Amino acid sequence: MTTVLEKPVRKQPQRLGISPWWLLAPSTVLLVLLFGWPLVQGILAAFQAEGGAFTLANWERLFGDPYFVEALLNTLLLIVIVVPIQLVLAVGMTLLIQSKPKFGGLHFYVWAIPLAVSDLAAGLVWLTVFADRGYLNSLLIGLGLSENGIAWLNYDNPTTMLLAVVVAEIWRATSMVFVIVVAGVQMMPPDYDEAAQVFGASAWQRLWHVTLPLLKPSLQVALILRTILALQAFAVAQALTGRNFPLLVGETYQWYVNLQNPAVASAVALVILALSLGTAVLYMRALRQPSAGGPR
Amino acid sequence: MAEIELHNLVKTYPGGTTRATDDVSLHVADGEFMVLLGPSGCGKTTLLRMVAGLELPDDGQVVIGGKDVTYLEPRKRNLSMVFQSYAVFPHRKVGENIGFGLRMRGVDPDEVKRKVAWAADLLQLTPYLDRYPAKLSGGQRQRVAVARAIVMDAEVLLMDEPLSNLDALLRLSFRAELKKLVAELGTTTLYVTHDQVEALSLGDRVAVMRQGRIAQCDAPTTVYDLPAEEFVGGFIGSPPMNFLTGTVVAGGDGGFQLDLGAHSVPVPDALSGFSGRQLRLGVRPESFGVAARNGDPGGLPAELEVFEPLGSSVLLTVALAGHQLKVQAPPTFRAEAGESLRLSLPADQCRWYDPETHLLLETS
Ligand SMILES: Nc1ncnc2c1ncn2[C@@H]1O[C@H](COP(=O)(O)OP(=O)(O)OP(=O)(O)O)[C@@H](O)[C@H]1O
Ligand SMILES: [Mg+2]
Repeated sequence: MTTVLEKPVRKQPQRLGISPWWLLAPSTVLLVLLFGWPLVQGILAAFQAEGGAFTLANWERLFGDPYFVEALLNTLLLIVIVVPIQLVLAVGMTLLIQSKPKFGGLHFYVWAIPLAVSDLAAGLVWLTVFADRGYLNSLLIGLGLSENGIAWLNYDNPTTMLLAVVVAEIWRATSMVFVIVVAGVQMMPPDYDEAAQVFGASAWQRLWHVTLPLLKPSLQVALILRTILALQAFAVAQALTGRNFPLLVGETYQWYVNLQNPAVASAVALVILALSLGTAVLYMRALRQPSAGGPR
Repeated sequence: MAEIELHNLVKTYPGGTTRATDDVSLHVADGEFMVLLGPSGCGKTTLLRMVAGLELPDDGQVVIGGKDVTYLEPRKRNLSMVFQSYAVFPHRKVGENIGFGLRMRGVDPDEVKRKVAWAADLLQLTPYLDRYPAKLSGGQRQRVAVARAIVMDAEVLLMDEPLSNLDALLRLSFRAELKKLVAELGTTTLYVTHDQVEALSLGDRVAVMRQGRIAQCDAPTTVYDLPAEEFVGGFIGSPPMNFLTGTVVAGGDGGFQLDLGAHSVPVPDALSGFSGRQLRLGVRPESFGVAARNGDPGGLPAELEVFEPLGSSVLLTVALAGHQLKVQAPPTFRAEAGESLRLSLPADQCRWYDPETHLLLETS
């Protein structure tokens, strides 16, 4: 106890009294009403039987559903394929913009356009491409590469279905990573890269030893956001494949709307929540900055 | 062998209205220590960055070691640099920062370790080798930048105000260390500073810059003793050179005199062409001889306005025929403000300037 008493007295910032709580109150109320309450409702619903008694039946039903396992695997597969490609693409696009090409500003806006397109619209756009009589098949037939076109989105072709969803997702969501990475690069003082140039680093060495490490905070943000958003991917796949290529959020929708079973829908939603939290924590751990302070 | 030749370098930054460097030519001999000195914004960093290849000139040529490198990538120029902003990598420990250039070149790890230890020892950074730069003071970070540059053994060393953030004592000791080190390494060095004492003490030659041009490039003593422009005399020296304007009139003895109003100073015969016109006289504060009122009957009478003892000398502010002058006297000199003094002006300490061009005039 004495050691505690001997500790030097730190100057406390002046107390603000009760007023901060009043200032925080509106947003707290809003959060509780809009997020907290539905969350509690969702958790309860997932563990309640018809009458309100505790049960694991909803979960048993969910795990017994072949669609659920498939949706889970598809979702994870999509993340594993799409997120790395998007990161690499976004960094590449950023470097292109940074090299100050002609009309660089125009490129930036063009590349950022998909940000403004809703997922469903994006899905429908790509549906016109991949449909049996879509643009892609017309092109293939026109070039004489295929006689009747390929059934890209057919239930029997899981690979091309995955491919179509991957392409559409990459088109739709890379721009978000791109914008984050561009912001990160533009925040970076040019001195570090210049120093690396003077000290003999090649373009690759500069990218690897200087630019990417300094971009780590931005990449971390992009990675977390993209992974969590990819966990929630829904509309694009829905528009392209319906339930032929099930995803987790699609299953929530399916259970809630078509199967009229909010309890199992809640259970799926909780799975998504757990996965989101898990990935966020994992990334934070793995990418923690070694130095306590920021640059400079 | 790596001398640096700069030919007519012109650089205007995009959006800039004036030239950051305006037709600069400079020759730095192999192994020479050249200091670029000038006020803030005169284009020193710009010039250095063009030598490094970080900035491309609009016109002109950079030649290093006989090879035209004007448009060559920085990494192929075999030079190293201390940045004005240090540019010490925040994500690398001090040791890794110092060894960065060597590792990029693929030098053997043991050799890198040895050189890093050597440089860290020299710059008193050994205790910090395992720290991240964020946990260093500004001066320590600056020393990391210097260490990173000197381990490279490059043919050309560019330093942009590398001692600016050190305390006076440390700066003094590092200045001497640096001079010794660079002499040992034999590296051709371009050193930027706006500290004139540093410039005079370090440089084999000093190039004084003003508004993107080199006003004078000479040995330190010459730059100090014979400023080629009034600007140089006014920029170097603390306090700077005094300037007096007067009209040249014929004296009684057939020679010429500079009429300062109440008094006059003899003008060298070589400048007789200025008879009837104005002329500027420049005198260093320590060039005046000072005596109490009744000491030197030949001197110019002046009134003491301010008396400042500075320890190693005494600084006097005096009024001479309506001009205010700074005069440096020996530390033993004593006088009271308001007293009148006698100033003597040795002829060989007078520098004459054309009032229109502000250039030094030949007197011999
Ligand atoms: N990136 C830039 N873009 C536009 N103008 C610039 C840029 N860098 C420097 N300048 C301008 O060019 C001129 C010369 O700048 P420079 O940095 O070479 O000065 P300096 O002599 O190094 O000054 P200091 O002693 O303050 O470092 C200044 O007028 C400055 O405003
Ligand atoms: Mg500068």
